[in-house]
Amino acid sequence: MSEHTVRIVVDGRELEVPKGELVIKAAQDNGTYIPRFCWHPRMKPVGMCRMCLVFIDSGRGPMLTTACTTPVADGMKVDTTDPAVKKAQEGILEFLLINHPLDCPVCDRGGECPLQDQTMAYGPGESRFVEEKRHFEKPIPISDLVMLDRERCILCARCTRFSEEVSGDPLIEFLDRGYHTEVNTFPDHPFRSYFSGNTVQICPVGALTATLYRFRARPWDLVAVESTCTHCTAGDRIVIQASQNEILRFLGVDAEATNQGWLSDKCRFGFGYINSDQRLTVPLIRDGDGFREATWGEALDLIAQRLGDVIRTSGPDAVAALGGARGTNEDAYALSKFMRTVVGSNNLDCRMDDTLDAEFLAATVDRALISDIDRAKTILVWGPDLKEEHPTLYLRVRRAAIGSVPGLVSSNSDAHLAAAAGATLVVVHPRATGLDPVADFKLTYRPGSGAELLAQLRAGEGRLAEVRAALAEGPVVALVGRTGSTEDPRLAEAVAAFVRTLPDAKILPLARRANTYGALDMGVAPTLLPGRVSISEETFTAWGDIPRKPGRDCRSILEGALAGDIQALLLVGADPVRDVPDGDLADRALDAVPFLVAVDLFLTDSAGRADVVLPADGFGEKEGTVTNLEGRVQKVNAIVPGAGQSRPDWSILDDLARRMGSSLGFGSAEAIAKEIAEVAPAYRGVTWDVLDWEARDGVVVPGGEGTQPLVYLPADTPGPIIKADLVLHSARTMYDDGVTMRHTPHLHRLAPGAALHVHPDDAARLGLGFRARVVGSSGSATLPVVTDPSLARGVVYVPFNQPGCPPLGSDPRVTVEPA
Amino acid sequence: MNETRLVTRRMADHPADSHTIERYEATGGYSQARRSLQMGRERLVELVKESGLLGRGGAAFPAGMKWSFLAPARPAYLVVNADESEPGTYKDRQLLERDPHQLVEGIIIAAVANEVHHAFVYVRGEYARPARRLQRAVEEAYGRGYLGKDIFGSDYDLEVVVHLGAGAYICGEETALLNSLEGHRGEPRLKPPYFPAATGLYGKPTIVNNVETISNLPHILELGADGFRKLGHPEDTGTFLFSVSGHVRKPGNYELPHGITWRELIFEVAGGLREGRTLKCWIPGGASAPWFVPADHLDLEITKDATGRAGSMLGSGAVVVMDDTTCVVRAAQRIVRFFAHESCGQCTPCREGTSWLEMILGRIEEGAGREVDVDVLLDVADNISVGLAWPPRMTTICPLGPSAVSPVSSITRYFKDEIMAHIHQAGCPLR
Repeated sequence: MSEHTVRIVVDGRELEVPKGELVIKAAQDNGTYIPRFCWHPRMKPVGMCRMCLVFIDSGRGPMLTTACTTPVADGMKVDTTDPAVKKAQEGILEFLLINHPLDCPVCDRGGECPLQDQTMAYGPGESRFVEEKRHFEKPIPISDLVMLDRERCILCARCTRFSEEVSGDPLIEFLDRGYHTEVNTFPDHPFRSYFSGNTVQICPVGALTATLYRFRARPWDLVAVESTCTHCTAGDRIVIQASQNEILRFLGVDAEATNQGWLSDKCRFGFGYINSDQRLTVPLIRDGDGFREATWGEALDLIAQRLGDVIRTSGPDAVAALGGARGTNEDAYALSKFMRTVVGSNNLDCRMDDTLDAEFLAATVDRALISDIDRAKTILVWGPDLKEEHPTLYLRVRRAAIGSVPGLVSSNSDAHLAAAAGATLVVVHPRATGLDPVADFKLTYRPGSGAELLAQLRAGEGRLAEVRAALAEGPVVALVGRTGSTEDPRLAEAVAAFVRTLPDAKILPLARRANTYGALDMGVAPTLLPGRVSISEETFTAWGDIPRKPGRDCRSILEGALAGDIQALLLVGADPVRDVPDGDLADRALDAVPFLVAVDLFLTDSAGRADVVLPADGFGEKEGTVTNLEGRVQKVNAIVPGAGQSRPDWSILDDLARRMGSSLGFGSAEAIAKEIAEVAPAYRGVTWDVLDWEARDGVVVPGGEGTQPLVYLPADTPGPIIKADLVLHSARTMYDDGVTMRHTPHLHRLAPGAALHVHPDDAARLGLGFRARVVGSSGSATLPVVTDPSLARGVVYVPFNQPGCPPLGSDPRVTVEPA
Repeated sequence: MNETRLVTRRMADHPADSHTIERYEATGGYSQARRSLQMGRERLVELVKESGLLGRGGAAFPAGMKWSFLAPARPAYLVVNADESEPGTYKDRQLLERDPHQLVEGIIIAAVANEVHHAFVYVRGEYARPARRLQRAVEEAYGRGYLGKDIFGSDYDLEVVVHLGAGAYICGEETALLNSLEGHRGEPRLKPPYFPAATGLYGKPTIVNNVETISNLPHILELGADGFRKLGHPEDTGTFLFSVSGHVRKPGNYELPHGITWRELIFEVAGGLREGRTLKCWIPGGASAPWFVPADHLDLEITKDATGRAGSMLGSGAVVVMDDTTCVVRAAQRIVRFFAHESCGQCTPCREGTSWLEMILGRIEEGAGREVDVDVLLDVADNISVGLAWPPRMTTICPLGPSAVSPVSSITRYFKDEIMAHIHQAGCPLR
């Protein structure tokens, strides 16, 4: 017995269990399941349903006690089988069922219902209740995504606790009391939470159902596969469920390393686009102002011929590719290899000019794991609003900041105590963020003046002395990224450089688009080769003779297209017109480039201008791996066939290579994975076999045999300080006008919409009425005006990529006038 | 039999103005609070311990011992439980309404004894007039420098907040009260921690005392521990306020020492029953308590221990007397309905079970009972309160659910025939 364990006896079996563990968990981990409804391992126990009553003897004789509220103690005896325990449990189930409607045949939960299952296992055979049951109006919508049936509810407080304790949107609560207690929302305040779907998943009955899933399937009709969500960069583990070749539901998987079971609603409900009837199903070739359908052979031959022409007449550097961050590592590897070995160009970039330096994202030193957040003494978030852009990281940071992390038992009592007390959270962002309510320190600054604030924070003088002192308390975990599209990307790196001077500090660099890290690791960047290898690294010989001069990045590619230097451009799951902050530049570049190919799921604003459009397989339609922001490689799996004639990116590129008289040498995605495991140093040994069977939570690279040849030290050059009378902050929101959201209508309509947010004083000073015209460095729009006293004076905010508003540019200087 | 007036002395002597600060000070008020500041903490706690004062909120826990459990962390809080809501209990109402300064003085003494600088009085939501009187008294005490900064010219600060509840019986349960005071739903907290003295209001060490308990403090200082002990029974020192109601000629609050018999209380103090009526049963200590019947309990001594040994409790001193015109099924149903209505709804057995009991009793009373209903009643009751034991072996977080079982266990124990008569005659035999 170590100092971190105690001995208890469960049903006559002596067990050694972690100190501080709850009886219900200790028993379960050792094979004794104690029935429960309200207890959830990721939330504080409430002991309300009373289903887990068992005999616990702490030295004063056996007493009926709730196992979910009792921590183990040395010498404790637990009896889960005594007739008195059985009677108590039967009694509770009878009580729970007296008012339950038993409408299981028409309930979504039927077949996967904890109430059904535990009634079968622990309940009485029949009910003695002959009175009238309690009635409520049958399902009422409590948001656009969730329906509530109060008759089915057993009042376990899982949903109410989740929204208060975990997500921090306490919009769903108990109303009334006693027999008339009901769960409901407050009048005129719908359950508009970014995380509402989690309550549906953890509801132990069919009280909360997802509007999208209602009556769509019975659990026994579903096929399922585990996968990794690709809406954000956290790499959340999910189960995809489908019936009759249609994806119907995503569920969160409790992976300790990443999402701990939770999902954002964007992830959970954001699959509508896969089933969209707007999907591209056949190759298209430009025909005047429109397109005509073509065969794969015809389309690929045309591309091969035109690319060949460009390479012959203008050289390989006249060809460029954008994209790769939305697909798998295998797809990205294929793109990287295609550009280097078939075309002979380093002009490729998976970033859309809206994120950070490629080396910094791929190979920065002192990279943190997500789980380091739990044990940090101090957490610094200087980057995007996590709640909007990295929702499950928001949950993790929030939990760490408020403390009392359930499930973190005293394997190390110091860490346990620190975690219970909560980390010191410092949030730096130009405007209000979702983490502000739990932050110990919140610093705001005007876009363009971040470097000034960083210098002040480093000096730690005046009002920043306290913050600086907090940051000196390690371990420190810093989540750094670009706070918005008008911020110089070098600022985040300079923040990281500062963080490296702090004690025991680790960094999570934040980027957009789920597989940006994987694509960079596969070399989809002008300066990188697979496996975190610099383009100039001569020891990388796997691809033979490849160009060694750094190529053009996204911005330079677009500028090159505009200047006539780029003659052919491949878009692989990229929509620069909507994604590049300097939308005007992207717009003109795509118009200017003589030959444009788009590989995509939809005819996006960018693909609509292409000469050839090729239909690609989407999420859930192809197998592969993705890499999250920690460098964690995980599997994504296929469960439905692609739309029409769609194919995975790698297969399209492989086919194209052959038609260009070359070959990528791929036979399958798994074969590519094997090649990656051999060719890319950081990915050595990471095969699908390992990920499918040995490491379900993924492998963090480099690990095992892997090495990381490129080690990048963040540069301490934050970029110029830009001051202006009025500066623009433009950042992403969870729901926007991106291509996947646009084709997922039930989420698309939740986008906040294009608007100009301005401080009331500025609105008055500028004489703004209901609408205003805003002119940025690379775009303009006339937008509704929203006054927002939480903004700093002189700062205007426009949510990025909303329906009806183009990107406004990457320069913070902006002018606003009444319209 | 005469009352032994201590906490009700002033209101008896000066019925017109016992609640005013002028009368209070003219009758020696606030002198003990002044003294307490000189006595210091240890001596005060010791004095209360020696006095043997038991908590008057219902649990009869030794007040001095509760104080000595107070954790050393500061700030600590004093919370006065004035959420008197037990059916039949109305003693604190009188103390609040008729002698609020006595309570304020007690609060000062308790605060000094426990090194507390913030006290809260949680007053039952329906007690508008008592709350106004208390509020006024607190303001007057502030005005004279007895509360606030540097009370009585010392360097001791004490803030007192009067908080009105929102009409929930459960907030009389001390941890539900603390939740309510913090702005949460009035729901009892999980135990452990068992005592707010370790983790209470806002997670800080907290003393929760009843109005009557606190009101006794100035008298204990005045009489000394021995003087106080002499007033009462050796086991239950001091006086005790009985709220006698129901079928007696003279219902009301009576301040008496422990140790008299039920016969004396009902037939002498409360004037006995009306002409031609006989005693059927009574509730000895509030609606939660199992009932007593004349054949077994009339000559029992009224003390905490004797009542406990007989399977019930003195609780908050509410004695509800029922004569032979009472339908016990209806009476039990009314009490169960109260608890069902007041259940906070957290625990399944209480939320669902109490209403179920109410429905079955209602059905029997209306004449739609079945013989099997008696068994169902007892088994449902058993699933709320295992073995129908008293004190209860609970399946719930707090004793509210098991309290609803008391009338069921009482009528099935003493009046089975009357229940069966309801069932066989398809209606109430007393109507």
